[in-house]
Amino acid sequence: MSDNPDLKGTSARSFHCDRVARAFSWIRPEPWGIHVVPADCWIDPARAVDRALVTHGHADHARGGHGQTYATPETLAIMKLRYATSDGAVPVAYHETITLPGGVKATWIPAGHVLGSAQILLEHAGERILVTGDFKRRADPTCPPFEITPCDVFITEATFGLPVFRHPPTQHEIAKLTDALAAEPERCVLVGAYALGKAQRVIAELRAAGHTQTIWLHGALEKMCRLYEDFGVDLGPLSLVSEAPSKGAMAGHVVLAPPSALNDRWSRRLPDPLTAMASGWMRVRQRARQRGVELPLIISDHADWDELTRTVTEVAPRETWITHGREEAMLRWCELHQKKARALALVGYEDEGGDG
Amino acid sequence: MEAFAALLDTLVYTRSRNAKIAAFARYLRDTPDPDRGYALAALSDGLDFVAVKGSTIRALMRERVDPELWTLSRDYVGDSAETASLLWPEPEHFPGPPPSVAQAVEALAAMTRSTVATELPALLDRLDAEGRYALLKLATGAMRIGISARLAKTAFAQAFDVAIEDVEEHWHGQSPPYTALFDWAAHGAAPPDTENLPLFRPFMLAHAFEADDLDLDAYVAEWKWDGIRVQAVHAPGESGTGESRLYSRSGDDISASFPEIPAALDVPCVLDGELLVRGEAQGGKEGGAASFNALQQRLGRKTVSKKMLREAPAFVRLYDVLQVEGEDLRPLPWARRREALEKLLLRLDPERFDLSRLIDVPGFAELAALRESARDAAIEGVMLKRRDSPYVAGRKVGLWYKWKRDPLLIDCVLMYAQRGSGKRSSFYSDFTFGCWDGDPDGEGQLLPVGKAYFGFTDAELKELDRHVRQHTVNRFGPVRETDKSLVFEIAFDSVHASARHKSGLAMRFPRIHRIRSDKPAHEADRIASLRALIRD
Repeated sequence: MSDNPDLKGTSARSFHCDRVARAFSWIRPEPWGIHVVPADCWIDPARAVDRALVTHGHADHARGGHGQTYATPETLAIMKLRYATSDGAVPVAYHETITLPGGVKATWIPAGHVLGSAQILLEHAGERILVTGDFKRRADPTCPPFEITPCDVFITEATFGLPVFRHPPTQHEIAKLTDALAAEPERCVLVGAYALGKAQRVIAELRAAGHTQTIWLHGALEKMCRLYEDFGVDLGPLSLVSEAPSKGAMAGHVVLAPPSALNDRWSRRLPDPLTAMASGWMRVRQRARQRGVELPLIISDHADWDELTRTVTEVAPRETWITHGREEAMLRWCELHQKKARALALVGYEDEGGDG
Repeated sequence: MEAFAALLDTLVYTRSRNAKIAAFARYLRDTPDPDRGYALAALSDGLDFVAVKGSTIRALMRERVDPELWTLSRDYVGDSAETASLLWPEPEHFPGPPPSVAQAVEALAAMTRSTVATELPALLDRLDAEGRYALLKLATGAMRIGISARLAKTAFAQAFDVAIEDVEEHWHGQSPPYTALFDWAAHGAAPPDTENLPLFRPFMLAHAFEADDLDLDAYVAEWKWDGIRVQAVHAPGESGTGESRLYSRSGDDISASFPEIPAALDVPCVLDGELLVRGEAQGGKEGGAASFNALQQRLGRKTVSKKMLREAPAFVRLYDVLQVEGEDLRPLPWARRREALEKLLLRLDPERFDLSRLIDVPGFAELAALRESARDAAIEGVMLKRRDSPYVAGRKVGLWYKWKRDPLLIDCVLMYAQRGSGKRSSFYSDFTFGCWDGDPDGEGQLLPVGKAYFGFTDAELKELDRHVRQHTVNRFGPVRETDKSLVFEIAFDSVHASARHKSGLAMRFPRIHRIRSDKPAHEADRIASLRALIRD
């Protein structure tokens, strides 16, 4: 969803803009992606380009149709599942450094967001620029953790870049889910979760909490779960709702579906479902209400406010550039802490209601 | 406090009304006195703490959070208490166990303007985010979680298996934590003694009339006057010297705003009527009433000047009588109560009380025609009441109908938008719209003429939100100025001259009737057309 008007108010704030552009002139944020000029390639471009460097497999970052796509093997597998082609795929392992045209070096570093997700470190002309893509800092059983990497320019997301977003401990939210199951064993809990990442994370977190029962899946989640399992993520017993022997078989169980199916007719086949949703947006009551969610689970694959600001502090870059999310508050925080920052007017990334 | 916080969240997230009532009833049964009484108060009449206001919370947050980050957060969340509960810095050391509801209420009640800045933080420190939200909601009395006092009373009735009518009857005159009410409902004690007190009785309400015809032998027709519905009560009082009260429809005591009414009532009775201000707009020069605008000047005032009493004297146009001399007339059919009312009227001060006339028409077609023509008299519409109906609390199907006249309509252009609160939080849902001052194809400019927050569906809200985001040309804090390309058909009840607005006009009850995406902005109406609709 484009939200360009939001950025108008912030342009006056990016007072370092001109100077920054001169210092790091080989990288240019354009509205549809970050252009690495000497290599003539783009990071997570919103339109088809000759050469794309992709941070992770979510559709707003990994679009199809590029000539060449550089990404981790996991991300390429996810893109192949999505776009049914692996033409031009160039796999790059975590921590492997490749040299792009123009002598630009690129390294994929774990971002802790979803399976295969990476930050991309670019080195050129003695300068280090790091693009986080999407990331989080807390543990996730389905992917390696975010790594702090020193750099000159830190290009970060800010999906939850407002101080009200502080995600509670994941175990606390998983306990809410299992408590709800136990409280009304004749019902099921229908959890809305994005097909890539969140669904597998919820399953893996439930398993880590000792939940061994069958988890029922909406058909749209099946292939991605299988892909995760192919990459060695153990998800325990899974079955498809469409293959349930009876409604009653799902009572007392967790059912997972993409958020779009929560209030759909599809859910009528479930035993009196309690509607839950796993997302960082659930922190705000009315957001949950607006989506008809009765059991909000604050489980996010993005850094919350404390993680975002802690990460900027720990990485300690010369400049922080903010790609998408709630840029204004992050800019303000940087200003209060005497850190140079600017907002990039990128389009095409999911705003509210995205893969939070 | 944890149980109360959990109840609040359940009420926020649960969609079904019955499930909300069941959850609330369970809480009332399972929670000991006096916690449950305070919780009930918080969710119905509200609790008032003199030292804790919305501004208190903002002041506390200003000391702890950068003001710009606060504004951005508050704007996003759409609720100050929730924003504060989320932004509150967790204490570094264990601050003690969470307080009970009663402990929190006692602490809040004891706070003064000078102590609140240290004592409220001490309470907040002892709670988690959900507890802080519950405490701040309780403390400021602004729940805004979609729970009406009626729902709270229904839950109370269900919790203890008593009749809702009895709950409403005994409720008034009781104060938090309602110990006598719980003793009666939960423990079978005698109901609270209220006979000699000038207490509020629940109003009988009407459904909107949507049929094409009605049998006027069974129903009586009466004007629906454009004032505020009130209940005037006189009782011997505890001292026996007589006490009078004037209540609004929600049961608020508004005696202080309209002292001439209770002062004029000295017969023990309970009266239902419309509060009006003398004037010529309603009902002609003889005993007529001014428009709602005149009444509005006096609403919400805690004291009234002599000048106001002289220039805008209030009176009650009576619809019904509930009690006379201690006798409950509510079980009687309307026709019998009407007789009693007409008889009682002879004993009332004619300067302060008159009778709402019945509309004498031979048939429904004539009534419909009369209703259409009522526009100029600034009457709200017509009431239809079953002749054999008792006076029952609430809205019962088939007994009373209100048949409002059709609204006025005008095409306006969306000018500014602001994010809403409550369930519309984050959505641009508060709209300021304008009409053309001058020729829209020439030098004409748009001037704001009103604001509307509702009238659209959830799907339309999303569409409007998207429109605002994509057509923003300017931002003033939380307000966005749009490119003034979208036309709304605005429905409203009336329009009045107003010095408070740049356009010189104030609309009453404007709402978005239709989104006219098909209509170009320059075809919207001019201010002059709106001005022509002024009737006062």
